Amino acid sequence: MLLLCGTAQMADLIDILVVGAGPAGGNAALAAARHGKHVVLLDEQVKPGGQIWRAKDSSILSAPQTPESSAGDALRAQITKAQIDHRGSTRIWQIERQTEGWDVHVLRDGQVERLTTKTLVLATGAHEFVQPIPGWTKPGVFGLAGATALFKQNLSPPGQRTIVSGTGPLVFFVASEICRLGGTVAAVVTPNTRRDWVAKLPALARRVDLALRGALWIVHLMMDRIPIFWGCSVVSVEGVARVESAEIQKLDANWAPKGETWSIDADSLCLGHGLIPSIEAPQLSGVTISYRSDLGGWVPDIGEDGATSVEGVFLCGDGTGIRGAAAAELHGTLAGLSAAEHLGARTAKERATLRSRFNRAARFGLAMTALSTPRPGLAMLTKPDTIVCRCESLTQTRIAQEVEVGAASTNAVKSGLRAGMGPCGGKYCQTAIARFIAMHENRPEAEIPPSAPRPPLRPVPVSALSADFDYDDLPIPKPAPL
Amino acid sequence: MIRLAPDQSAQIRRTEKVEFTFDGTAIWGHAGESLAAALIRSGRLHLRDAPEDTDPRGAFCLMGLCQECLVVLEGQTVESCRIELQPGIDVTSLRYGADG
Repeated sequence: MLLLCGTAQMADLIDILVVGAGPAGGNAALAAARHGKHVVLLDEQVKPGGQIWRAKDSSILSAPQTPESSAGDALRAQITKAQIDHRGSTRIWQIERQTEGWDVHVLRDGQVERLTTKTLVLATGAHEFVQPIPGWTKPGVFGLAGATALFKQNLSPPGQRTIVSGTGPLVFFVASEICRLGGTVAAVVTPNTRRDWVAKLPALARRVDLALRGALWIVHLMMDRIPIFWGCSVVSVEGVARVESAEIQKLDANWAPKGETWSIDADSLCLGHGLIPSIEAPQLSGVTISYRSDLGGWVPDIGEDGATSVEGVFLCGDGTGIRGAAAAELHGTLAGLSAAEHLGARTAKERATLRSRFNRAARFGLAMTALSTPRPGLAMLTKPDTIVCRCESLTQTRIAQEVEVGAASTNAVKSGLRAGMGPCGGKYCQTAIARFIAMHENRPEAEIPPSAPRPPLRPVPVSALSADFDYDDLPIPKPAPL
Repeated sequence: MIRLAPDQSAQIRRTEKVEFTFDGTAIWGHAGESLAAALIRSGRLHLRDAPEDTDPRGAFCLMGLCQECLVVLEGQTVESCRIELQPGIDVTSLRYGADG
């Protein structure tokens, strides 16, 4: 039996370090701990749950349960009971190969710390893709997935009167949550058509429970006479210093804007076009990536049960492709077991029984990903003077000029214009820039990878570094290939 | 009318309301909620100016990635979506423009 100290020493060698405490990472940690491994579970949030099962903050004394809060509470209870050293509010910003394993540099309470582990399980989840539209930087515009953080953590709507615009099932969840939390939905706007949804009926039939829940969201919106504009998108946001109204336009079958526009008043807009796997940490560990549009874009190359070609690195969950929470739980368990097996545990039988369940859950998740993934025409929503890189206020015209003088990769645009070097680290511009380059040069997206990730993966205050580091300790990253 | 997704806002119990200031104006929020949530509820959406063109910006991703919700608290630049609201704190927006 392993006893964990309350304050782990830097020199402690961890068996399995799990990054991300969502459905995948949480279950990976639980599976590895069941096999007696010394598991440390790092997460940016205070409590486990990830984005999908994000915990309520301490201002909420009691509230009606939702399927998400119940699932999150169950995971949190299991993690508390297990022999897992969970460290919340902890951000990783660098990963380095060492002779005996991996050094992971983290930031917690304004202090940097280095953890050393034999194996890594990276369950870094996803972030959101938002096709830039005129006015999308105005206060009152929120990411569609981002808004769900406000619902789950703070139980607050994003405004008094909100337009919800985006792809896949998420628009209906967000609209339904706004109603539940006392807000008003001015309109639901989605590029998908009813026909797109009908085409997914076979996949929906695999998860009748989830399909019924989605159907209830839509029926509720219709009963409340909330307009649902199918085959449309919000195409621009108007207002002085904040959202006051939004223009809506019909889209063609390729999702390019076409035909009449009309305006709807609102004080807030939730806007999102699918999820992108967060692959920076796997890339820093040396895992190669491939383009898979069915999985949401660029994904790390993984083998069976989350194994990779890099020894001691295992990946799971939406960070390996957007398959949804139900698949992520099982994938996490599989990867946790694989990591334990790597350290001598016998887990082959257990993994064999889980694999078919994972594949079934993934099929449903991938059907939802197919509905959520933007079609090429959506890129036409970005106009020449639309800001693409929010951090550096770079318009599409600036990026086009850079591409025209020969910047044929996201790395080249990044080094030429700093698009991707700002505080967000490129999370909200790289995909749009890659798609723009692909469209501009008439090349497939699979030829335009995201720019090479550079530490720090998250902003690190200089004060945190200067307090604990000698100059010799500062990791000097390799220059990005151009 | 039958409501399939009823408004549950009245069933949510929260901590007491506490006061804090934003750019010198007293506003309230619930102790322990995220600063961004309290600011959004109070209608304070313009949290900073973009450094390059001084355009107004506010909370966007709400999950600690985009850095759009930065404000100044006790001399430190912080992500308001990741800060717990404490009573009596003084928060200022990050302004580079003429009015800042």
